[in-house]
Amino acid sequence: MCTRTGGALAHVLEQHGLATVQLSSVRGHTERIKPPRALYCEFPFGRPLGKPGDAAFQKRVLLAAFALLERPAGPVLEDFPERIADATEAPLACTLPPAFNEATASVVDEARALRSAYERQLKRTGRTSVGITGNVDTIPALLEAFLRIAAGASPEDAGLPSEPHRAALDVRAYYEEAALALADHVPEARAAESWFFQQTEAGKLLRAAQQRLIAAGRTDYLDTIVPRGQE
Amino acid sequence: MSADAQTRASAAEMPVLEFATTAFTAPPRLSQATVAIVTTGALVGDAHADWKQGEETFRVLPRAERALRMAHWSLNFDRTGFTSDINVLYPIDRLEELAAEGVIGAVAPRHLSFMGALHDTLSTIRLDTGPAAAKLLRENGVSVVLLTGA
Repeated sequence: MCTRTGGALAHVLEQHGLATVQLSSVRGHTERIKPPRALYCEFPFGRPLGKPGDAAFQKRVLLAAFALLERPAGPVLEDFPERIADATEAPLACTLPPAFNEATASVVDEARALRSAYERQLKRTGRTSVGITGNVDTIPALLEAFLRIAAGASPEDAGLPSEPHRAALDVRAYYEEAALALADHVPEARAAESWFFQQTEAGKLLRAAQQRLIAAGRTDYLDTIVPRGQE
Repeated sequence: MSADAQTRASAAEMPVLEFATTAFTAPPRLSQATVAIVTTGALVGDAHADWKQGEETFRVLPRAERALRMAHWSLNFDRTGFTSDINVLYPIDRLEELAAEGVIGAVAPRHLSFMGALHDTLSTIRLDTGPAAAKLLRENGVSVVLLTGA
């Protein structure tokens, strides 16, 4: 986990003459690793500064962390006073665009219908996290491969360009970035994830493929495609 | 229980590295410090290769770079925050503002990204890439490091 690796890095960097301060997301890890200075922030995983688009809040977190640099000795572990919970249990309200083509598999058609929303989001920020296994043009092919896995094919025979785990990350990133454009606001943490896994054909497909992989005894990390809480 | 609460509960049972002592470097005054971000959020630019499983290396992120992609392998965290605003993980614009206000001395010319989804002893980070990262940062005038992770 990031807090575990970051804590080890704090020790190493400090040993080599740098003063460090860590934003910790797992208090129990930091208590045991004992980096020189850490601020525990109980914010959603993936958002260590707490609130996207809220510069004032982010700056308060930074100033609280930098204030630990004034301590004469370590290890120092303090808690940021505000907590933020994720919204896994409250899926984003996000209407899917209508299907284009009745002849194609509904999940592939769904993905193609989201392309313009994905492109709008990409134009807005200049960033995308799609690209771990291919690019945006390969999303339909990934879904077709997951359809074959859900039907019983092995990942090796299904036509995936990588392990299921990494391919699923690209599919999910594509959908979640399209959802940001459709919703036109920054959702609470993991609300788009819940929309994806609970309400889209692609999310339901990944859940079905996960069940098929588990039934086939494929339970390794690289065969895991559905996050904790979405099974 | 929310997904994050499940993850924190699971993490409590996970083994971690325990260090016998805690090294401590006295920082300069913050208003005179050059600050770098070292994130374990697996950020990459266009020129970077993604991480392989278990890889303990780092990527260098130039100060002006904003077109970053999150290449992290973990399924268990939110990505929409970063997609909307990179500062929620990699607060580079906040550092620029703090430097302009004189709160920190300067923003480092180069920042670093590792991937945090590592499960072994981190021996490469402790003995090789971690010291190399420190050397690179010190050569760039860095005195203070902010560590963030996904």
